[in-house]
Amino acid sequence: MRKDYNLEKRKLVIGGFIVAIVIIYIIRLIQLQVLDNTYKAHADNNAFMEKVIYPSRGLIYDRNDSLVVYNVPEYDLVMIPKDVTPFDTVDFCNTVRITREEFDHRWQEMRKGRSFSAFTQQVFMNHLTPEDYGRLQEKLYRFPGFYVVQRILRQYNYPVAANVLGDIREVNARDIENDDYYRPGDYTGDLGIEKSYETWLRGVKGKEILIRDATGKIKGHYNDGADDVSPVAGNNLKLSIDIGLQAYGELLMQGKVGAIVCIEPKTGEILALVSSPSYDPALLMGKERGKNYRDLVNNRLKPLYDRSIMAAYPPGSTFKPSQGLIFLQEGIITTSTMFPCHRGYVNAGLRVGCHGHGSPINLKPALQTSCNAYFCWGFKYMMDKRSKYGSTGKAFEVWKNHMVSMGYGYKLGIDMPGESRGFIPNTAFYDKIYGAGQWVGQTIISDAIGQGEILATPLQIANLSATIANRGYYITPHVVKSIEGVGVLKKNIERHDTDIDKLYYDDIVQGMRMAVLGGTCTRANIPGLDVCGKTGTAQNPHGRDHSVFMGFAPMNDPKIAICVYVENAGFGAAFGVPIGALMIQRYLRGNSPGLQAQGRAMASRHTITYPKVKKTTSDTKADNNKTNNKSSKPVSSDGSKE
Amino acid sequence: MEVRNEDENTNLLRSVDWFTIVLYLIMVVAGAVSIYAATYDYDKASMFDLSEFSGKQFMWAGLSFLIGFSLLLIDRRIYEAYAYPIYGFMILLLIATIFVAPDIKGSRSWLVFGPVSLQPAEFAKAATALALAKLFSTYGFTLNGWRNYAIAIGIILLPILCIILERETGTALVYTALVFVLYREGMSGFVLFAALMAVVYFVVVLKFAAMTFMGIPLGMVIAFIMVMTLIVGMLLVYCRSWILGRNVLIGYLVAGAIAVGLSLAGVNVNGYAFFLTVIILSLLYLLWGMLHDINLKKVLMTVCFAAASVMFMFMVNIAFNKVLEPHQQTRIKVTLGIEEDLRGAGYNVNQSKIAIGSGGITGKGFLQGTQTKLKYVPEQHTDFIFCTIGEEQGFVGSVTVLILFLALILRVITLAERNHSTFTRVYAYCVASYLIFHLAVNIGMVIGLCPVIGIPLPFFSYGGSSLWGFTFLLFILLRLDADRGNYGSW
Repeated sequence: MRKDYNLEKRKLVIGGFIVAIVIIYIIRLIQLQVLDNTYKAHADNNAFMEKVIYPSRGLIYDRNDSLVVYNVPEYDLVMIPKDVTPFDTVDFCNTVRITREEFDHRWQEMRKGRSFSAFTQQVFMNHLTPEDYGRLQEKLYRFPGFYVVQRILRQYNYPVAANVLGDIREVNARDIENDDYYRPGDYTGDLGIEKSYETWLRGVKGKEILIRDATGKIKGHYNDGADDVSPVAGNNLKLSIDIGLQAYGELLMQGKVGAIVCIEPKTGEILALVSSPSYDPALLMGKERGKNYRDLVNNRLKPLYDRSIMAAYPPGSTFKPSQGLIFLQEGIITTSTMFPCHRGYVNAGLRVGCHGHGSPINLKPALQTSCNAYFCWGFKYMMDKRSKYGSTGKAFEVWKNHMVSMGYGYKLGIDMPGESRGFIPNTAFYDKIYGAGQWVGQTIISDAIGQGEILATPLQIANLSATIANRGYYITPHVVKSIEGVGVLKKNIERHDTDIDKLYYDDIVQGMRMAVLGGTCTRANIPGLDVCGKTGTAQNPHGRDHSVFMGFAPMNDPKIAICVYVENAGFGAAFGVPIGALMIQRYLRGNSPGLQAQGRAMASRHTITYPKVKKTTSDTKADNNKTNNKSSKPVSSDGSKE
Repeated sequence: MEVRNEDENTNLLRSVDWFTIVLYLIMVVAGAVSIYAATYDYDKASMFDLSEFSGKQFMWAGLSFLIGFSLLLIDRRIYEAYAYPIYGFMILLLIATIFVAPDIKGSRSWLVFGPVSLQPAEFAKAATALALAKLFSTYGFTLNGWRNYAIAIGIILLPILCIILERETGTALVYTALVFVLYREGMSGFVLFAALMAVVYFVVVLKFAAMTFMGIPLGMVIAFIMVMTLIVGMLLVYCRSWILGRNVLIGYLVAGAIAVGLSLAGVNVNGYAFFLTVIILSLLYLLWGMLHDINLKKVLMTVCFAAASVMFMFMVNIAFNKVLEPHQQTRIKVTLGIEEDLRGAGYNVNQSKIAIGSGGITGKGFLQGTQTKLKYVPEQHTDFIFCTIGEEQGFVGSVTVLILFLALILRVITLAERNHSTFTRVYAYCVASYLIFHLAVNIGMVIGLCPVIGIPLPFFSYGGSSLWGFTFLLFILLRLDADRGNYGSW
């Protein structure tokens, strides 16, 4: 048979056709397998289900190893929307004890969430109790796509120290954005050390990688569990707080607004950090957290505002020891320098009042009697000493730098969030108000006695007390003594020396001792404890004077330095001194029935004025202003008494 | 005879095409191993366990080697002599199957013998190939005249009809690939070209049906422009009528400029009116012009082709909506990317793309594929077996399989052309056509370029019928080819 060679060429068309098809398919395979990387993720998303195992959050102990904060399990009901198939919603609602409306509401809320994805784990309900969990566990197989995740709930052994401990809350979108650790539904520290020590407390999350088939059935651990990661529990914290002392402080402050700060001078360890009014830390845990949190935020007295480190108050007469130190250091005075006091500082038509005591007077009795005139004269002479400083502005800068070296004007660096820096003005500040060179010592004479523009936190006042107790240095105050497995954080125990010579401190200490023995704070004279102290009665624009006490004990081997600040409670001797004395005894002598009785008596003395009792408008306004101390106007120069 | 027989046996070993046999063995073994990977379920059963798909496939493979060997021993004259009886028997079997077969997933194509089920449609491929080969090798037969065409096409259509009645549309479509054989044996290339253009029009019209341009679906606009391009192209390339081509081109450009001008002037030009007017005018001009053209017949052909194209365009929508079943419509829409139905019709293909795509360049490794292990891809050991290869062996493995098939097909075409026997050549082209169709459609659907048509990947997909069917096809060819030297001695 003849072969038609014309037709044979057609093998090229047929062969060419299949070659073309194969080339097209290879191009498609390049596109699918080489260029596009999303399919791998799709496949992993199909096959692997990553189950997070939450670590136990670090426990918190006090300085005497009493357990303060611990964990109990609670459960979150989570779901992967993609895997959910129609189920008996009535049964479901009954099992987790919610109504159909709540169910629909939760469903919609969840879908609206910013991080919603049908392919990843979404939190449907939190805070399931172990009982809810028990009931649900048996039925869970009926609700495909739903899982239960065990979480932790913080529990508190003592209803105190809420401001120190802080709380934990669910992370928000910003937390998730800023830190890869967090996934929707996670918890993070919100206030106090729960926030500042979050990275130690939270531990390391574990994960199980499970293999899931097309019907949603779990086929076991991927790679026989080789890639699973066990969670690492968070580090336990040991507080420097003495929880007994803290509780006692909170008892004493009942019915009052203010703060108590106790520091161990040698170590900078904070023994008690009381802010009043306070609240039970357990309020901010569990199902009722949202409601309780709102109540606390809306409370007129702002219990969430930690006055011990956030409130900047005029330090009043507790400021005088620091003035004395500067005058001595700068050679403005010696211990024998005398200034007149004729019931106050009277000069050039200005009068800063004082009370009856001998005149003229030198440094130690001036501290003992809290003489306003003495420190006003000293301040005026320093500011006006052109021969030494050239100008008032330069003199004031020298003064300010001494203050800063004593811990004023800047954050001390306590290991808690939200610390305020107080306020020590500088030359530029006054130049702006009065014009450069237009002001002299007398213009700002209120600064001499801790009034005027000066503001300090109770922590700073307590810290000043600690520097005096230490005769010239302080250790950064801190509330966490050590972290289990990590030890002491270096930044917590930094030593700061003031720029005042040690010998001058002895004079100041003696003056403060005299104040206790026979001056303004005789009520703190506890036999055998050698308390040194200084009262303060701070004028303020919000009503009655604040009652302040600053001190330490024992004089020659100080174990505790303290600041008590009670808002609108009158003379320093009225509340500050007795509360300080009780705290010092409680710490140095331990608990006793007598102290408890005195404590309860103090607890029953209330200073909080309620708007309904007193003038309504001005008082509420005053409370609202409290957080805003910096903007408060300087008081008139005939300022503080005492 | 005695002497020659001995000769034949030693000749056979020398003359049989070992290249094809090696390709076949590689593919069958690779197929069974892939089936093991596809059905492996973390419980680590042996690859050869007869209760597993892979074990069964190895059994089928072993038996098919026996079949292949036996086929090589049968004298080629038997195939030639019994081509029609075999074909007739297979047709009867196909018809019987329609009535005897139980309903398995809506299909009545399986004959059940105890534990074994066989699909006659797979074996009818070889029978049809034999019958076509016999027809073309009949003395004096050429593909000329309606009678001969009718016989050839009838031989192809008969099994198609039977298989459609068995509700195995996918398998029935395979036989349409035999159009390649007709083309090779003299059918006009226009038919292939027309078929290609039909597919292109179909895709274009449906794909762009949703968008509107000039008041009509964009798909129609594109198709109209394609028809116009085709007319000019055919005039210039096929008819070589420069003047007619030039004039028509100028006419189209002028018409296009007028349309653009009108729409710029704010007049709405109706697309149908515009294109139909322009095309009909150009065709009338060609009918007049061809009287003066030497290529009268070719110009007429062009005019007919253009007219048919326009008619086909208008029929596509009607055919798509009226003739196809809804699930078929969805499959086509999913393939064309018009619809995304990831839970329904698109699920298989989407999961299969994920499986292949996730394999990357070198794959996840044997038995390491998650998509296939965890049953995300349905039918992965049968029609979607290529997924397992794509996922576990990656781009390298996938391309290797494509190259193996390409080598086999090109080899079969080579065998066809090196034989002087029309019977062998036509038979070989039948084999090549089936392979081309299976390869193009099966892999095309797995990688999302073809609508889902349920046909297996030869040698790889699980199933004794498919494996045996292709073994028959291939080894009969090898036997015929082994005798190429004896051509003319009888």
